[in-house]
Amino acid sequence: MSWYSRVRALLTSKWTKVVLFLVCLIPLGGLTWRALHHGLGANPVEFIQLATGRWTLRFLVFTLCITPFRKLLNLPDLIRFRRMLGLFAFFYVCLHFLTYLGPDQSFDLGGMWKDVAKRPFITVGFLGFLLLVPLAITSTAGWIRRLGGRRWRILHRAIYFAAIAGVIHFYWKVKSDVRSPLFYGALVAILLLWRLGDWFSRRRSVIAAKLSPEGARVDTAR
Amino acid sequence: MLIRKATDLTHADITPKSVYLDRRKFLRAMGIAGATAMAGRCFFELATPAQTILAATKFSGLAKSPFSTTEKQNSYDDVTHYNNFYEFGTDKSDPAKNSKNFNTSNWTVSVEGEVAKPRKFTMDEILKLAPLEERIYRHRCVEAWSIVVPWIGFSFSNLVKMVEPTPKAQFVAFQSYYDPRQMPQGRWAGIEFPYVEGLRMDEAMNPLTLLCVGMYGESLPNQDGAPIRMVIPWKYGFKSIKSLVKIKFQQKMPPTTWNLAAPNEYGFYSNVNPIVDHPRWSQAKERRLGEIFKRSTLMFNGYGDQVASMYSGMDLKKNY
Repeated sequence: MSWYSRVRALLTSKWTKVVLFLVCLIPLGGLTWRALHHGLGANPVEFIQLATGRWTLRFLVFTLCITPFRKLLNLPDLIRFRRMLGLFAFFYVCLHFLTYLGPDQSFDLGGMWKDVAKRPFITVGFLGFLLLVPLAITSTAGWIRRLGGRRWRILHRAIYFAAIAGVIHFYWKVKSDVRSPLFYGALVAILLLWRLGDWFSRRRSVIAAKLSPEGARVDTAR
Repeated sequence: MLIRKATDLTHADITPKSVYLDRRKFLRAMGIAGATAMAGRCFFELATPAQTILAATKFSGLAKSPFSTTEKQNSYDDVTHYNNFYEFGTDKSDPAKNSKNFNTSNWTVSVEGEVAKPRKFTMDEILKLAPLEERIYRHRCVEAWSIVVPWIGFSFSNLVKMVEPTPKAQFVAFQSYYDPRQMPQGRWAGIEFPYVEGLRMDEAMNPLTLLCVGMYGESLPNQDGAPIRMVIPWKYGFKSIKSLVKIKFQQKMPPTTWNLAAPNEYGFYSNVNPIVDHPRWSQAKERRLGEIFKRSTLMFNGYGDQVASMYSGMDLKKNY
């Protein structure tokens, strides 16, 4: 069996999904282990907040990697994992949000809204979180059917804006050392620019296909 | 960008010669002069711990202070493993990790500017300058977390009196030690070094303003600003400059590091003030390390009785 078909066999195996699911739980497991072994440092709330925030960004990046990797590596089966990765991004952002609503805002919704409205870095983070809610809800096969593939795809482009919001949220949060936010910003930028390039090249080939018979006719007429 | 004049450099800015020579000798002896900085540091740590890590000195017979709070103190472990010292890295756990080999021997503090008696103090001279007290202060970081620390030192005014400031001395400028070779992580901090801070003369003379040489009964650990630092408990933590090498009395308000980095976010005064928010986050509440939920932040960090009068008539929203 060639290397390529071996990878494809692996990607289509039902066990791969199970293993990936467990792997995606490792960050949560790590935090739990630390919590039980005094490994969260002097400010456990902040530790969990920062960790879940970073893992949200990472899972958004993983999710955004699926389409380019499918096309560039010619591995269409990668699509099987996209929903799971996206839902894990949502899972970690929910935990991230809970550390804010709970320990930071003492579950005071009124205070939380005021904070969200007043502080750009919270506003943009909260917007990113809100954008992911409909995507998580409509991630099922039933919802894809109900919405229709085209509308569903348009809706799910909201992940681009959620990822951008996440990066801005992180960038505005740090005091002076912006290396880490810039790193995630660069990853998101590359993944979105690839899509833009891909879209242009597809458009061009569509236009070229439309034009080519006419072009040929013009040529012969001359 | 800030362009510093060369004359700002003093002898205290220079790496102690012994450190420099030891390092060279050591590297040559090991024959790894070309090794990476990382590997070099690891070997250095293993081979010569006694030379670089000064054992903590225990202080005894410390006077109690009426300024001390009776609140529960944070653990030594919290205070030494969760703090900011950007010269050693920007993560809260970086200072403890990266300051292990920080050499603080032969330390001097230079006092200059508008004073009748400018001079250099050795650490021994400073320790004998006034009786050491234990002061248990609340410490409120601008990032909205706080700790309670039993610092050791004496009122900064004791030192001020010794050098006899002239009437021109309206402000005091402070400068931290900075050596890129000992603090390689500093280049990623995003702020300019050496770290500089300042106080108005009356703030410097306030008895709460502490010239600090220790905590928890012993000398300061490297990551908390060894061997000598300032502690100004009614101001955000970044005002309490660490690893102090230069004190300059002057007529002009001195530049301060965080103000230079983000003037709209960090002012010269930076008094703890729950009703003046940081542009990006609220200052109304803080998380005391060890607690889950946030508590209300007190005006002047609870030191209003001692300091509020210094700011009467001042618009603290404008002079943040």
